[in-house]
Amino acid sequence: MAIKATARRAQTSAPASVSESSWIEIGGLDKEYRPRKSAPTLALSDINLTVRRGEFISVVGPSGCGKTTLLKILAGLSPKTGGTVRIAGRDVTKPLPEVGMVFQAPTLLPWRTIFDNVMVPAQIQKLDLRRHRERAQQLLDMVGLGGFEQKYPHELSGGMQQRAGICRALVHDPAVLLMDEPFGALDAMTREYMNVELLRIWQASGQTIVLVTHSIPEAVFLSDRVVVLSPRPGRIAEIMPIELERPRDLSVMSSDRAGVYVDRIRRHFNAAGVID
Amino acid sequence: MATTNLVRKPSQPPASSAVGSVRRRLDLREKPQLWLVPAVFVVVVLGWEYGIALIGVDEYVLPRPSQVVDSLWRQLGDDQFWGHLWVTSQEALVGFVIGVGAALLLGTFISQIRIVEATLMPYIVAFQTVPKVALAPLFVVWFGFGLTSKVVMAAVISFFPMLVNVIEGLRAADADRIQMLTVFGASRSQIFRMVRLPSALPFIFAGLDIGIVFAILGAVVGEFIGAKEGLGYLLLQTNYNFDIAGMFAVLVVLSVMGLAAHFVIRLVQKRVAFWAEDTKVIGA
Repeated sequence: MAIKATARRAQTSAPASVSESSWIEIGGLDKEYRPRKSAPTLALSDINLTVRRGEFISVVGPSGCGKTTLLKILAGLSPKTGGTVRIAGRDVTKPLPEVGMVFQAPTLLPWRTIFDNVMVPAQIQKLDLRRHRERAQQLLDMVGLGGFEQKYPHELSGGMQQRAGICRALVHDPAVLLMDEPFGALDAMTREYMNVELLRIWQASGQTIVLVTHSIPEAVFLSDRVVVLSPRPGRIAEIMPIELERPRDLSVMSSDRAGVYVDRIRRHFNAAGVID
Repeated sequence: MATTNLVRKPSQPPASSAVGSVRRRLDLREKPQLWLVPAVFVVVVLGWEYGIALIGVDEYVLPRPSQVVDSLWRQLGDDQFWGHLWVTSQEALVGFVIGVGAALLLGTFISQIRIVEATLMPYIVAFQTVPKVALAPLFVVWFGFGLTSKVVMAAVISFFPMLVNVIEGLRAADADRIQMLTVFGASRSQIFRMVRLPSALPFIFAGLDIGIVFAILGAVVGEFIGAKEGLGYLLLQTNYNFDIAGMFAVLVVLSVMGLAAHFVIRLVQKRVAFWAEDTKVIGA
């Protein structure tokens, strides 16, 4: 598949010493907010996580546990207080070109067509536009937005806009895709559909994905491993491998084995006295 | 977390809008203003035409609409009148371009460089409270009876609403959009070009819209103070001659000028800032 072939390029641009098994390395990560006039609050404490290349990781936790903070640190948007964060062998101190991100809202630019929105990262990073136009077209076709390239965002439904946002996050062929509750704003039906879509895109493009979500079933359905964070300050309560065979379809969700995983994760939240 | 979706800028279309908007057919029943607006015009003009004789108002004081039309018709056939129109248009347009251009430049600096803002903002607020029209006599003394004093007046008076809109507009950029560009590695200037400037466009057009009307006002006021030509001068002349119908004719022409300029700007806006239908106008 053409998408797969281009995905390989990210690999060659990374330092040779990086091992596939530690594509993302988070070691002893602390994050403290220090407001000027009040006491500092610890948002994340001693986070240790190694993600292998091509893995699908979900992060779940009660509201305010620092899931989004963790993602922002990985995206280079927020500085860490202590520990190490490396993506593809590079220390994350600012946004890395190897990273793509999907946001809670589609965050498309209303004055650009869908196609030009998808091209934003390629344009910012001054990549070869001709080659990336081809890739943008392939991605749009893959998510079923072929024929909508010249439409403006307001002409598309919320689900379609979010799919365009996913294409944008993938257009520069990032080694890592970060997703911050990308389907939170969608209705239940669209959300399930988008979950299936996302698995399909991931299987075709081979990105390493870190997804933050509120939905435990969503995390179980999509992930290779689910990282459960405790309430603030966020610590890793459990890292749970999800051993459901792939490719998965929605029927997996009603299986007993998936139910066991969901229950086990939910028990963490119940024990902590929070209902998410 | 979902609150980011609730707080939407007016320029942001709702995420759930349907695919392919269907243009609604104009319907007299659905939009009664389509006939109400002309109806009011007709009633007022007819009432004016035939009513003032009934209540005994002298035609010299308040001419009938038909006399205004007569006078207008005569003026339009007169080369001198077109000369006046040309002079005022020139003054207003040149002043508008200078005022608006300066506001664009200064507004960009103020919104982007904190120290410039901190230094200049108190002066700008102070100047803004000065009634600019009151400066007209001063400008005539400084820049003479010719075009220059009117151009300066038009520029000064169109400068402030534009400045306020530029500053406000360049700050109106959605924080999520800026964050999105930052994640993909955008530089400050890329963020400015790709998000801040387009986000400011609806505001900039609001500033242009007010600015052009203010520029005409400035030119006319300047001509009132001291001029040998222009529609403001013509207005005073007709006034001295007690040609009230002639005054009304000039007022009609000035209104049409303002309306035409307004529509031109709206037309350009619809093409350039097509994504934002209605943005609140500030600084009027």
